Amino acid sequence: MSTQAAQGPTRPQSRTRPARKDRKGSAVDRSLNWIDDRLGVSKAGRTFMDKIFPDHWSFMLGEIALYSFVVLVATGIFLTLYYIPSSKEVIYHGSYLPLKGRKMSEAYLSTVNLSLKVRFGLVMRQAHHWAADVFVGAIAVHMCRVFFTGAFRRPRELNWAVGVTLLTLAIVNGFIGYSLPGDLISGTGLRIMFSIILSIPLIGTYLAFFLFGGNYPGNGIIIPRLFIIHVLIVPAIIAALIGAHLFLLVRQKHTQFAGPGRREDNVVGSPMWPNFMLKTTGFQAMVAAVLLGLGAFAQINPIWQFGPYVPYKVSYAVQPDWYMAWLDGALRIMPSWEFAGFGHTIPLEVTLPAVVLPGLTFGLFYAWPFLEARFTGDYLPHHILDRPRDRPRRTGLGAGILAFYFVLFGASSTDVLANYLHVSLNAVLWSFRVLVFVVPVIVGFLAYEISKELAALPDSGKRKRAMIVERTPQGEYLAEPAEPRPGDGTEELEPEPVPVHMPVAELVGSGSLGDETGTEAGPAGVRQVER
Amino acid sequence: MVDHEELARPWTLPPDDPRLQPYAKNPARAEKVIAACFIFAILCLAAFGASYWQAASERVMGGFLAVGLFALGFGIAAWGKYLTPRGPFEEPRHILHGTQLEQEAFQAAVVERAEVVIGRRPFLIKLLAMAGGITAVVMAFPLLRSLGPLPGKSLFHTPWRKGSRVVTASGRAITVDDLEVGGILTVFPEQAPGSAVAQTLLIRVATEPIVTQPGRETWGPAGYLAFSKVCTHAGCPVTLYEEQFQQLLCPCHQSLFDIYDGAVPVFGPAPRPLPQLPLMVDDQGYLRAQADYDQPIGPGFWERTTT
Repeated sequence: MSTQAAQGPTRPQSRTRPARKDRKGSAVDRSLNWIDDRLGVSKAGRTFMDKIFPDHWSFMLGEIALYSFVVLVATGIFLTLYYIPSSKEVIYHGSYLPLKGRKMSEAYLSTVNLSLKVRFGLVMRQAHHWAADVFVGAIAVHMCRVFFTGAFRRPRELNWAVGVTLLTLAIVNGFIGYSLPGDLISGTGLRIMFSIILSIPLIGTYLAFFLFGGNYPGNGIIIPRLFIIHVLIVPAIIAALIGAHLFLLVRQKHTQFAGPGRREDNVVGSPMWPNFMLKTTGFQAMVAAVLLGLGAFAQINPIWQFGPYVPYKVSYAVQPDWYMAWLDGALRIMPSWEFAGFGHTIPLEVTLPAVVLPGLTFGLFYAWPFLEARFTGDYLPHHILDRPRDRPRRTGLGAGILAFYFVLFGASSTDVLANYLHVSLNAVLWSFRVLVFVVPVIVGFLAYEISKELAALPDSGKRKRAMIVERTPQGEYLAEPAEPRPGDGTEELEPEPVPVHMPVAELVGSGSLGDETGTEAGPAGVRQVER
Repeated sequence: MVDHEELARPWTLPPDDPRLQPYAKNPARAEKVIAACFIFAILCLAAFGASYWQAASERVMGGFLAVGLFALGFGIAAWGKYLTPRGPFEEPRHILHGTQLEQEAFQAAVVERAEVVIGRRPFLIKLLAMAGGITAVVMAFPLLRSLGPLPGKSLFHTPWRKGSRVVTASGRAITVDDLEVGGILTVFPEQAPGSAVAQTLLIRVATEPIVTQPGRETWGPAGYLAFSKVCTHAGCPVTLYEEQFQQLLCPCHQSLFDIYDGAVPVFGPAPRPLPQLPLMVDDQGYLRAQADYDQPIGPGFWERTTT
């Protein structure tokens, strides 16, 4: 119905190419018309340009994850040009003396070369590693934001599930990624992974043999297999799921915090174009800059120091990247409860922390929106976010669960802590075995109580204007409110739809931005509407 | 979808509307700051190019690129924040679900058509389910089975054989005089030096024969003990030897094994002792294995029988 109207009465449908002088509008106008003629995007495009992004710093966390992924892909492509996924044994003849003449895998050799020989290679490799760490971190923090503000509630349960899947894939691909260089630590990680798969009852042995192409260390096929999983299969799924994540976000529109003019049936903020696009493009560059800066100045995973992987060697203080540390910690503090009987063995000391625990963890994440709806009986759609304090039970539970994983994270450093604190390993281990149950209860209880008390305070959470306190010569104290900040005034305004043209009042005619937002934009905007 | 009426309205705000003011209090100053960012970015990015050309250190190159990109990004973001209309603007949130009529029509389309075309042919449904099932099963062969060999009994034995000479990773045979008391060495059977499965820790704890467990009276000739180096917890090499306590420590998850007691775990998550390799000394003084390990080495798995 609206299609007919959109085609409008005045659009000429000429068979011949109009002469140059008859073509109207700027080159950009004509390009947009050209695309619209073929794809019919002007209506949806206009809506898209008007899409409103609510402003809150915490909505930026997902963007950090997205832009880390972009950096991962870009630096990763660079790395694939030099990395050789092969376990073939070669001898190092390069310029790094400590490795000279050592036997190593081709994978390790190529990683050493791309770090030490390829110009700018080290920065790219380190930026890639940092980007992976930041990627998982940003997803985790973004997920906490979504959790504690209740953004996963109806209608966003599906997008929550997509997000949980993205977190899983990010962790998996991170682990595979640092297994690729073939250094001593990554090889040890693979050995542990083989044992973890082996520990799955009934099918574990078969899975491990199929994946590695035989008993550990396999027939040399594992590195090429992990490589293609790491650079193609998982990234493709991640990219597709990010697309789905963003599509759902546009389709369902953003959530927003409560505030003046903000209702369940609107979105208040700044429009996609130009406000958000400029901000987010700049932010992409800034995220990339920070990751490259880390890659340039903060050494990470110096594999040439670790040496090549040899199955019978291991280094002291073996620890995985931070996002695997909770699993490592769980493996360390688990008691040695192997089940043996009926002609079979279930190595529960591995199966429980490394298979069942992650299964339960991600199962709980997937199920949370539905569990919560069932327990609260709240099946209504929500677009206004909760403040964490207003949902003490969720906040308390969430904080407790987070504390549990934090303790496990700490438990992955038992040996380092014992060394550092000069206490016995036994004391550290037993402390963690107790703490892993005690800390979550305490943290959860405190979070619950603090939330309840904060929620009961009148006016809590409102942005307060700063008070300037002065002391008079007589010793009196006088308090006066400070000057309003630039943003304060706008909060009082009722929001309006994004206008057809948005001249920025003070800059019109100043020449600097006038071309884009001033006189030119006016007629162009009107013409677009008239057609 | 956009309401066409809404779109057709040449909707605008009066130019002096506060929503159209730039966010910055002083836009001219903001513009200067942004310009400064861009100029700085141009200089840094050019410096990155120059430093690359001159093969400067990785830090210099990365530093210029990072700082330049950051200044560029900061300028763009500041432009988007401070020189754009401050708003607030809004858009309506359309109800996602259809009307009851639309929902019913959709349900009817899905269910009733299926009822007519599919539901009335139960025999075909059964056949289709069987076809789907068999596809899933047979696809598992190429997708899974081709990936690797079946485990068979390969987890139950190692390359150690009766009479295997004990050699180092480089293949040098070990004689009974090679280690001092307190010495430790990673050894392999002569058939498989460097083997991940057969890796074994050779420790000399005394000069006279050592018995760790009943039934192992002849396993420790001349004070030599040999234990599988693969941790029974998660398979890491058990590398650290604490001579003072005669214990072995796995550096991955800190399992501790008591050497004199047949490497039983005394601490940490490891569930089982490290299997002990029965040793003997031949006529020429070379160390040899009496047999393979008497049980599977390394971490537990489903098929492992109780010992």
